[in-house]
Amino acid sequence: MIEIKNLHKSYKMGSNSLHVLKGINFSVEEGELVAIMGSSGSGKSTLLNILGMLDELDDGSYDLDGVPIKDLNETKAANYRNKFLGFVFQSFNLINYKSAMENVALPLYYQRVARKERQEKALKYLEQVGLREWAEHLPSELSGGQKQRVAIARAMAAEPKVLLADEPTGALDSKTSYEVMDLIQKINDQGNTILIVTHEPDIADMCKRIVHLKDGVIIEDKKIEQVRAAQYVQ
Amino acid sequence: MFDIERWQEIFDTIRKNKLRTALTGLSVSSGIFILVILLGFGQGMQNGIAEEFKEDAATSLWVWPNRTTIEYNGLNPGRRIQLRNENFETITTSMGADFEKASMLYFPRDVKVVYNNDLLVYNVAGTNGDLQTIENEYLSEGRFINETDVQQNAKVVVISNKIKREVFSEVETPIGEYLTISGAGFRIVGVFGEHGEDEGEEERMFVPITTAQLTFNGADKINNMNFMLPELESFDEMVANNTAFTEQLSRYLKQKHNVSPDDDRAIRIWNPIQEAKRFFSLMDGIKLFFWVVGFFTIIAGVVSVSNIMLIVVKERTREIGIRKALGAKPWSIIGMIMHEAIFVTSISGFAGLIFSMGLLELVGPHVEVDYILNPSVDFNVAFSTVILLIIAGTLAGFFPAWKAVKVQVIEALRDE
Ligand SMILES: Nc1ncnc2c1ncn2[C@@H]1O[C@H](COP(=O)(O)OP(=O)(O)OP(=O)(O)O)[C@@H](O)[C@H]1O
Ligand SMILES: [Mg+2]
Repeated sequence: MIEIKNLHKSYKMGSNSLHVLKGINFSVEEGELVAIMGSSGSGKSTLLNILGMLDELDDGSYDLDGVPIKDLNETKAANYRNKFLGFVFQSFNLINYKSAMENVALPLYYQRVARKERQEKALKYLEQVGLREWAEHLPSELSGGQKQRVAIARAMAAEPKVLLADEPTGALDSKTSYEVMDLIQKINDQGNTILIVTHEPDIADMCKRIVHLKDGVIIEDKKIEQVRAAQYVQ
Repeated sequence: MFDIERWQEIFDTIRKNKLRTALTGLSVSSGIFILVILLGFGQGMQNGIAEEFKEDAATSLWVWPNRTTIEYNGLNPGRRIQLRNENFETITTSMGADFEKASMLYFPRDVKVVYNNDLLVYNVAGTNGDLQTIENEYLSEGRFINETDVQQNAKVVVISNKIKREVFSEVETPIGEYLTISGAGFRIVGVFGEHGEDEGEEERMFVPITTAQLTFNGADKINNMNFMLPELESFDEMVANNTAFTEQLSRYLKQKHNVSPDDDRAIRIWNPIQEAKRFFSLMDGIKLFFWVVGFFTIIAGVVSVSNIMLIVVKERTREIGIRKALGAKPWSIIGMIMHEAIFVTSISGFAGLIFSMGLLELVGPHVEVDYILNPSVDFNVAFSTVILLIIAGTLAGFFPAWKAVKVQVIEALRDE
């Protein structure tokens, strides 16, 4: 599903540049649930942003579902983002003047799905994240956990091939974090490929594979026995 | 433009960002409002000033002969020019000139005016009925000389208020009394007065020109001619008309009397509107002033609308990032922002336009201040201004939107 080879990325800051990713080789199969770990500043977010096509790579190759992702024009990039990728941010990134349902329906607008159908689908996904009754509420009226669940519903609504989540539980307490992880596991159970950036070992343990980044390279990549989040959630 | 989904998305955005929309709309419409009112009063001031000058600038012109000063066709300078009836007739009948009134004056010399055996020392002038209008005299009693008097060589006379006061204080009315002028009896038919400062000129009495020429051996001599030209729409047209007529007159009279074309002193034509011409430059200055004020007001409007759009788009950078992360195509985002900007600025721009023009329309005709008359605005000018502001706002929104769309999504999302 994801195939990256010798990926490099640096940020230019004035005259000098900061080499963040220094040759990443890494592939993900369909249906995997991968945790990306590493200390702060190790380049986790940078990697995930590149995978999510929110940022561009400098060097190396990135194939997504067999399609090489490099030097795409904006319209193509928009298409791939829309059809292949769902992104969940640590800071939710909901549109604050749109209700939960409208936020979830937004990617479908860009898929040119008709309004009525958009709303039905959005409600279906809100139902899945357990927020059906909150459909008409604005993000400001939701708790952090609820916001993140709306964001996950939004990422899922476009039915992407890959779901990317940058510290989805970073702003949540542990109980709420487990609820979100439970949801992510269930989505993964349905066969979706998911990558999660996290700091927290217990969250990483709920994935099926852990990738460790340090100073821009992968130092460890192992498959693990998944801990189910459901047992922590009533 | 006709994408219903797009319209719904925009209406959603507008509905849910009422304050932002209201502020944008308000500043656009108040900008238009101020501009239109300002332009309106600029126009009003222009109208008012034109009106004041129009009143002052008489549309009459006076013609009187003098001595020649330049040798011409073998004739020595210093020759006295004498105007004759024929000249007046040619001018009034066959020159095709566009004038409203025409009068001639003959001043007989050495006439004696006697009333009740008293010798009076006033001037006598022969004229026709048009003089009253041309010299702006009003009637206190009776009537002025008229065409019939002229045709029938009637022995009638019109005296001034002053003569009435000084000579006829004993009788109830001078009308019907007789004056003996150089031996002939003239019946008084009217009393006239001069307005304002010209009161000093009330030394005169008028008799029909034909009678004067016949009775006082004037033959066909006339001393001067006066013409009044029509009032035209604009001051400029009037000046042009007067100048053209003056030239025509001058050319004809010089040629007729063998006067050098360069000898302007031999035949004098006094054209008061030429005096008013110096107000022209003032008018031009005023026009320029309002043009400049209007220009800067429009610039200010453009700048403020642009500013608002800049801020609005800046505020939405993060939202743009989110939309892009969800797969929005760049043009769909730019289109959405432009669409909304055009919609809001158009609605509020035209609201401001209608409101301000309505106000001018209602209040304008009632404005009665010196130098301001009927403030109004040319609809086309106001309309173009609104269009200009819409375009400016749209362009001003376009560039930041374009920039926000062009940066990496992650950059846009980082924007706070
Ligand atoms: N836009 C940017 N411009 C310059 N430097 C950047 C930019 N984004 C990230 N960096 C730098 O790149 C390095 C890696 O950043 P990244 O956000 O990928 O770290 P991370 O592993 O996600 O850290 P954290 O756990 O704190 O989120 C950091 O040193 C960061 O300062
Ligand atoms: Mg990070």
